[in-house]
Amino acid sequence: MDQKIVFLTIVGMLAVTYIPRMVPLVALASRTLPEPVVRWLSYVPAAVLASMLFPALLLKDGQFDVTPSNYFLWAAVPAFLLAWRTKSFFGTVALGMALVAAGRYFFG
Amino acid sequence: MTIDAVAGEKSGSPMMAAARQVAPIVMGYLPVGAAYGVLAQQAGLSMLNTVLMSILVYAGSAQLIAVALFAGGVTPVSIIATTFVVNLRHMLMSASLAPNLKSWNKWELAVFAYEITDESFAVHSVRFARGDLNKTTCFGINAIAQVSWIVASFAGFLAGASIPSVEPLGIDYALPAMFIALLVMQMKNGLHVLVAGFSGLTAIILIKAGADQWSVILATVIGATFGAGVESWTKK
Repeated sequence: MDQKIVFLTIVGMLAVTYIPRMVPLVALASRTLPEPVVRWLSYVPAAVLASMLFPALLLKDGQFDVTPSNYFLWAAVPAFLLAWRTKSFFGTVALGMALVAAGRYFFG
Repeated sequence: MTIDAVAGEKSGSPMMAAARQVAPIVMGYLPVGAAYGVLAQQAGLSMLNTVLMSILVYAGSAQLIAVALFAGGVTPVSIIATTFVVNLRHMLMSASLAPNLKSWNKWELAVFAYEITDESFAVHSVRFARGDLNKTTCFGINAIAQVSWIVASFAGFLAGASIPSVEPLGIDYALPAMFIALLVMQMKNGLHVLVAGFSGLTAIILIKAGADQWSVILATVIGATFGAGVESWTKK
Protein backbone atom coordinates (compact mmCIF):
# COMPACT_ATOMS: atom_id res chain seq x y z
CA MET A 1 0.00 0.00 0.00
CA ASP A 2 1.35 3.42 -0.99
CA GLN A 3 1.58 5.27 2.31
CA LYS A 4 1.78 8.65 0.58
CA ILE A 5 -1.67 8.07 -0.96
CA VAL A 6 -2.95 6.86 2.40
CA PHE A 7 -1.68 10.07 3.98
CA LEU A 8 -3.30 12.27 1.31
CA THR A 9 -6.58 10.39 1.82
CA ILE A 10 -6.32 11.08 5.57
CA VAL A 11 -5.85 14.79 4.84
CA GLY A 12 -9.01 14.70 2.70
CA MET A 13 -10.84 12.89 5.52
CA LEU A 14 -9.65 15.61 7.90
CA ALA A 15 -11.16 18.34 5.71
CA VAL A 16 -14.57 16.70 5.26
CA THR A 17 -14.75 15.84 8.98
CA TYR A 18 -13.50 19.09 10.48
CA ILE A 19 -15.44 21.57 8.32
CA PRO A 20 -18.92 20.24 9.28
CA ARG A 21 -17.81 20.12 12.93
CA MET A 22 -16.48 23.68 12.91
CA VAL A 23 -18.70 25.81 10.64
CA PRO A 24 -22.00 25.57 12.57
CA LEU A 25 -20.30 26.26 15.91
CA VAL A 26 -18.32 29.29 14.69
CA ALA A 27 -21.18 30.65 12.58
CA LEU A 28 -24.02 30.15 15.06
CA ALA A 29 -22.53 30.70 18.52
CA SER A 30 -22.42 34.49 18.21
CA ARG A 31 -25.94 34.77 16.80
CA THR A 32 -29.31 34.79 18.43
CA LEU A 33 -31.13 32.02 16.62
CA PRO A 34 -34.87 32.22 15.87
CA GLU A 35 -36.94 30.51 18.55
CA PRO A 36 -38.17 27.64 16.30
CA VAL A 37 -34.57 26.79 15.38
CA VAL A 38 -33.49 26.71 19.03
CA ARG A 39 -36.48 24.50 19.80
CA TRP A 40 -35.60 22.16 16.90
CA LEU A 41 -31.98 21.97 18.04
CA SER A 42 -33.05 21.13 21.59
CA TYR A 43 -34.33 17.79 20.29
CA VAL A 44 -31.11 16.94 18.46
CA PRO A 45 -29.27 15.35 21.43
CA ALA A 46 -32.06 12.89 22.23
CA ALA A 47 -32.66 12.15 18.54
CA VAL A 48 -29.02 11.59 17.62
CA LEU A 49 -28.21 9.44 20.66
CA ALA A 50 -31.27 7.24 20.08
CA SER A 51 -30.44 6.92 16.35
CA MET A 52 -27.08 5.46 17.29
CA LEU A 53 -28.21 3.43 20.30
CA PHE A 54 -31.33 1.63 19.05
CA PRO A 55 -29.64 -0.11 16.10
CA ALA A 56 -26.76 -1.15 18.39
CA LEU A 57 -29.22 -2.82 20.76
CA LEU A 58 -31.76 -4.29 18.35
CA LEU A 59 -29.75 -5.26 15.27
CA LYS A 60 -27.07 -7.92 15.06
CA ASP A 61 -25.24 -8.05 11.72
CA GLY A 62 -28.08 -6.01 10.24
CA GLN A 63 -30.81 -8.43 11.37
CA PHE A 64 -33.41 -7.90 14.08
CA ASP A 65 -32.41 -9.90 17.13
CA VAL A 66 -34.70 -10.05 20.14
CA THR A 67 -33.66 -13.57 21.14
CA PRO A 68 -32.34 -14.27 24.67
CA SER A 69 -28.81 -14.45 23.26
CA ASN A 70 -28.81 -10.73 22.35
CA TYR A 71 -27.06 -9.66 25.56
CA PHE A 72 -26.72 -6.06 24.30
CA LEU A 73 -30.50 -5.72 24.33
CA TRP A 74 -31.24 -7.43 27.67
CA ALA A 75 -28.39 -5.74 29.53
CA ALA A 76 -29.89 -2.44 28.41
CA VAL A 77 -33.01 -2.94 30.54
CA PRO A 78 -31.30 -2.86 33.98
CA ALA A 79 -28.79 -0.33 32.64
CA PHE A 80 -31.65 2.01 31.70
CA LEU A 81 -33.22 1.56 35.13
CA LEU A 82 -29.95 2.25 36.92
CA ALA A 83 -29.23 5.30 34.77
CA TRP A 84 -32.73 6.60 35.42
CA ARG A 85 -32.56 6.06 39.20
CA THR A 86 -28.95 7.13 39.86
CA LYS A 87 -28.00 9.37 36.87
CA SER A 88 -24.59 7.73 37.14
CA PHE A 89 -22.50 7.32 33.99
CA PHE A 90 -19.97 5.13 35.58
CA GLY A 91 -22.44 2.84 37.34
CA THR A 92 -24.42 2.37 34.12
CA VAL A 93 -21.34 1.55 32.05
CA ALA A 94 -19.98 -0.84 34.72
CA LEU A 95 -23.33 -2.63 35.17
CA GLY A 96 -23.87 -2.95 31.41
CA MET A 97 -20.40 -4.38 30.81
CA ALA A 98 -20.70 -6.76 33.78
CA LEU A 99 -24.06 -8.09 32.57
CA VAL A 100 -22.83 -8.66 29.01
CA ALA A 101 -19.68 -10.35 30.32
CA ALA A 102 -21.74 -12.52 32.70
CA GLY A 103 -24.15 -13.50 29.92
CA ARG A 104 -21.29 -14.61 27.72
CA TYR A 105 -19.53 -16.45 30.57
CA PHE A 106 -22.54 -18.42 31.79
CA PHE A 107 -24.50 -18.91 28.56
CA GLY A 108 -21.82 -18.68 25.89
CA MET B 1 -35.67 22.66 33.13
CA THR B 2 -33.29 21.10 35.60
CA ILE B 3 -31.12 18.08 35.37
CA ASP B 4 -29.98 16.21 38.42
CA ALA B 5 -26.35 16.89 39.08
CA VAL B 6 -24.23 13.80 38.71
CA ALA B 7 -22.98 12.92 42.17
CA GLY B 8 -20.02 14.96 43.30
CA GLU B 9 -19.48 16.85 40.06
CA LYS B 10 -19.78 20.24 41.69
CA SER B 11 -16.70 19.71 43.84
CA GLY B 12 -13.00 19.89 43.01
CA SER B 13 -10.99 21.73 40.36
CA PRO B 14 -12.11 22.10 36.72
CA MET B 15 -9.49 19.57 35.60
CA MET B 16 -10.60 17.07 38.24
CA ALA B 17 -14.17 17.53 37.05
CA ALA B 18 -12.96 16.87 33.49
CA ALA B 19 -11.11 13.71 34.55
CA ARG B 20 -14.18 12.40 36.32
CA GLN B 21 -16.59 13.17 33.49
CA VAL B 22 -14.31 11.85 30.76
CA ALA B 23 -13.73 8.49 32.47
CA PRO B 24 -16.64 6.68 30.76
CA ILE B 25 -15.51 8.00 27.36
CA VAL B 26 -12.00 6.68 27.96
CA MET B 27 -13.38 3.29 29.01
CA GLY B 28 -15.23 3.13 25.70
CA TYR B 29 -12.42 4.50 23.56
CA LEU B 30 -9.67 2.16 24.73
CA PRO B 31 -11.13 -1.06 23.29
CA VAL B 32 -12.58 0.57 20.15
CA GLY B 33 -9.38 2.54 19.47
CA ALA B 34 -7.32 -0.62 19.94
CA ALA B 35 -9.60 -2.49 17.54
CA TYR B 36 -9.07 0.28 14.98
CA GLY B 37 -5.28 0.01 15.43
CA VAL B 38 -5.33 -3.75 14.93
CA LEU B 39 -7.45 -3.49 11.78
CA ALA B 40 -5.33 -0.66 10.38
CA GLN B 41 -2.19 -2.75 10.88
CA GLN B 42 -3.82 -5.74 9.18
CA ALA B 43 -5.04 -3.55 6.30
CA GLY B 44 -1.47 -2.46 5.59
CA LEU B 45 -1.42 1.10 6.92
CA SER B 46 1.91 2.29 8.32
CA MET B 47 2.22 2.98 12.04
CA LEU B 48 2.54 6.69 11.29
CA ASN B 49 -0.59 6.84 9.14
CA THR B 50 -2.55 4.76 11.67
CA VAL B 51 -1.75 7.22 14.45
CA LEU B 52 -2.11 10.27 12.19
CA MET B 53 -5.66 9.27 11.30
CA SER B 54 -6.53 9.26 15.02
CA ILE B 55 -4.85 12.66 15.44
CA LEU B 56 -6.19 14.37 12.30
CA VAL B 57 -9.58 12.76 11.66
CA TYR B 58 -10.57 11.52 15.15
CA ALA B 59 -13.89 9.88 14.32
CA GLY B 60 -14.31 6.30 15.49
CA SER B 61 -16.78 4.73 13.11
CA ALA B 62 -15.42 6.65 10.09
CA GLN B 63 -11.89 5.43 10.86
CA LEU B 64 -13.01 1.81 11.11
CA ILE B 65 -14.93 2.13 7.84
CA ALA B 66 -11.99 3.83 6.11
CA VAL B 67 -9.63 1.04 7.14
CA ALA B 68 -12.02 -1.56 5.76
CA LEU B 69 -12.23 0.43 2.50
CA PHE B 70 -8.42 0.73 2.28
CA ALA B 71 -8.16 -3.04 2.74
CA GLY B 72 -10.73 -3.48 -0.02
CA GLY B 73 -8.73 -1.33 -2.44
CA VAL B 74 -11.37 1.40 -2.69
CA THR B 75 -10.25 4.69 -4.30
CA PRO B 76 -9.24 7.64 -2.07
CA VAL B 77 -12.06 9.80 -3.43
CA SER B 78 -14.66 7.19 -2.42
CA ILE B 79 -13.08 6.86 1.04
CA ILE B 80 -13.22 10.64 1.53
CA ALA B 81 -16.82 10.83 0.28
CA THR B 82 -17.88 8.01 2.62
CA THR B 83 -16.16 9.76 5.53
CA PHE B 84 -18.07 12.95 4.72
CA VAL B 85 -21.44 11.21 4.77
CA VAL B 86 -20.69 9.18 7.90
CA ASN B 87 -19.49 12.26 9.84
CA LEU B 88 -22.15 14.69 8.65
CA ARG B 89 -24.09 14.07 11.88
CA HIS B 90 -21.41 16.09 13.70
CA MET B 91 -22.75 19.17 11.90
CA LEU B 92 -26.03 18.83 13.80
CA MET B 93 -24.19 18.21 17.06
CA SER B 94 -22.08 21.33 16.51
CA ALA B 95 -25.18 23.41 15.74
CA SER B 96 -26.94 22.08 18.82
CA LEU B 97 -24.03 23.05 21.13
CA ALA B 98 -23.64 26.53 19.60
CA PRO B 99 -26.36 28.42 21.56
CA ASN B 100 -24.51 27.59 24.82
CA LEU B 101 -21.18 29.10 23.75
CA LYS B 102 -22.06 32.71 22.99
CA SER B 103 -19.27 34.07 25.18
CA TRP B 104 -16.45 32.13 23.47
CA ASN B 105 -14.28 33.69 20.78
CA LYS B 106 -13.92 32.22 17.29
CA TRP B 107 -10.56 30.57 17.94
CA GLU B 108 -11.82 28.80 21.03
CA LEU B 109 -14.85 27.59 19.10
CA ALA B 110 -12.70 26.40 16.18
CA VAL B 111 -10.42 24.43 18.52
CA PHE B 112 -13.32 23.01 20.51
CA ALA B 113 -15.07 21.92 17.28
CA TYR B 114 -12.06 19.82 16.27
CA GLU B 115 -12.80 17.32 19.02
CA ILE B 116 -16.58 17.01 18.70
CA THR B 117 -17.35 13.30 18.59
CA ASP B 118 -20.52 11.37 19.39
CA GLU B 119 -19.26 10.80 22.91
CA SER B 120 -17.84 14.23 23.70
CA PHE B 121 -20.97 15.84 22.24
CA ALA B 122 -23.19 13.74 24.47
CA VAL B 123 -21.21 14.58 27.59
CA HIS B 124 -21.06 18.31 26.79
CA SER B 125 -24.75 18.59 25.95
CA VAL B 126 -25.62 17.11 29.34
CA ARG B 127 -23.11 19.43 31.08
CA PHE B 128 -24.33 22.54 29.25
CA ALA B 129 -27.96 21.77 30.04
CA ARG B 130 -26.88 21.62 33.70
CA GLY B 131 -25.24 25.04 33.37
CA ASP B 132 -21.66 23.75 33.60
CA LEU B 133 -19.86 25.85 30.97
CA ASN B 134 -16.38 25.85 32.53
CA LYS B 135 -13.92 26.23 29.65
CA THR B 136 -11.08 24.33 31.32
CA THR B 137 -13.38 21.39 31.92
CA CYS B 138 -14.60 21.55 28.29
CA PHE B 139 -11.12 21.45 26.80
CA GLY B 140 -9.88 19.02 29.45
CA ILE B 141 -12.57 16.48 28.60
CA ASN B 142 -11.82 16.80 24.87
CA ALA B 143 -8.06 16.55 25.25
CA ILE B 144 -8.09 13.55 27.59
CA ALA B 145 -10.60 11.75 25.36
CA GLN B 146 -8.57 12.25 22.19
CA VAL B 147 -5.26 11.32 23.84
CA SER B 148 -6.83 8.07 25.06
CA TRP B 149 -8.07 7.41 21.50
CA ILE B 150 -4.61 8.05 20.00
CA VAL B 151 -2.85 5.91 22.61
CA ALA B 152 -5.36 3.09 22.08
CA SER B 153 -4.85 3.25 18.28
CA PHE B 154 -1.09 3.06 18.73
CA ALA B 155 -1.33 0.16 21.20
CA GLY B 156 -3.69 -1.67 18.86
CA PHE B 157 -1.28 -1.24 15.96
CA LEU B 158 1.60 -2.63 18.03
CA ALA B 159 -0.46 -5.57 19.24
CA GLY B 160 -1.45 -6.35 15.65
CA ALA B 161 -3.06 -9.71 15.15
CA SER B 162 -2.04 -10.94 18.61
CA ILE B 163 -4.48 -8.75 20.54
CA PRO B 164 -6.64 -10.86 22.85
CA SER B 165 -10.40 -10.65 22.36
CA VAL B 166 -12.14 -7.97 24.42
CA GLU B 167 -15.52 -9.73 24.23
CA PRO B 168 -15.28 -11.93 27.36
CA LEU B 169 -14.96 -8.76 29.45
CA GLY B 170 -17.97 -7.08 27.87
CA ILE B 171 -15.78 -4.09 26.97
CA ASP B 172 -17.50 -3.85 23.59
CA TYR B 173 -20.60 -2.81 25.54
CA ALA B 174 -18.93 0.28 27.03
CA LEU B 175 -20.13 2.64 24.29
CA PRO B 176 -23.74 1.40 24.05
CA ALA B 177 -23.97 1.54 27.87
CA MET B 178 -22.61 5.07 27.86
CA PHE B 179 -25.17 6.09 25.24
CA ILE B 180 -27.89 4.65 27.51
CA ALA B 181 -26.75 6.80 30.45
CA LEU B 182 -26.41 9.91 28.28
CA LEU B 183 -29.78 9.37 26.61
CA VAL B 184 -31.50 9.00 29.99
CA MET B 185 -29.95 12.30 31.06
CA GLN B 186 -31.49 13.97 27.99
CA MET B 187 -34.99 12.91 29.02
CA LYS B 188 -36.31 16.19 30.33
CA ASN B 189 -39.99 15.42 29.65
CA GLY B 190 -42.28 12.92 27.97
CA LEU B 191 -41.79 14.45 24.55
CA HIS B 192 -38.05 13.79 24.74
CA VAL B 193 -38.80 10.12 25.43
CA LEU B 194 -41.16 10.09 22.45
CA VAL B 195 -38.57 11.76 20.21
CA ALA B 196 -35.92 9.24 21.28
CA GLY B 197 -38.17 6.26 20.54
CA PHE B 198 -39.29 7.75 17.24
CA SER B 199 -35.74 8.58 16.10
CA GLY B 200 -34.34 5.21 17.18
CA LEU B 201 -37.00 3.28 15.28
CA THR B 202 -36.57 5.55 12.25
CA ALA B 203 -32.84 4.79 12.27
CA ILE B 204 -33.57 1.05 12.31
CA ILE B 205 -36.05 1.37 9.44
CA LEU B 206 -33.49 3.37 7.43
CA ILE B 207 -30.81 0.74 8.02
CA LYS B 208 -33.19 -2.04 7.00
CA ALA B 209 -34.01 0.00 3.87
CA GLY B 210 -30.32 0.02 2.98
CA ALA B 211 -29.47 3.60 4.01
CA ASP B 212 -26.82 2.49 6.55
CA GLN B 213 -24.50 5.45 6.21
CA TRP B 214 -27.27 8.05 6.16
CA SER B 215 -29.30 6.50 8.96
CA VAL B 216 -28.06 8.61 11.89
CA ILE B 217 -28.27 12.02 10.25
CA LEU B 218 -31.62 11.35 8.55
CA ALA B 219 -33.18 9.85 11.67
CA THR B 220 -31.92 12.81 13.72
CA VAL B 221 -33.40 15.37 11.31
CA ILE B 222 -36.71 13.49 11.16
CA GLY B 223 -36.79 12.95 14.94
CA ALA B 224 -35.98 16.56 15.88
CA THR B 225 -38.54 17.84 13.36
CA PHE B 226 -41.11 15.48 14.86
CA GLY B 227 -40.33 16.78 18.37
CA ALA B 228 -40.44 20.45 17.40
CA GLY B 229 -43.63 19.83 15.41
CA VAL B 230 -45.42 18.06 18.25
CA GLU B 231 -44.31 20.76 20.69
CA SER B 232 -45.70 23.64 18.62
CA TRP B 233 -48.84 21.66 17.80
CA THR B 234 -49.64 20.86 21.47
CA LYS B 235 -48.91 24.43 22.58
CA LYS B 236 -51.51 25.94 20.28
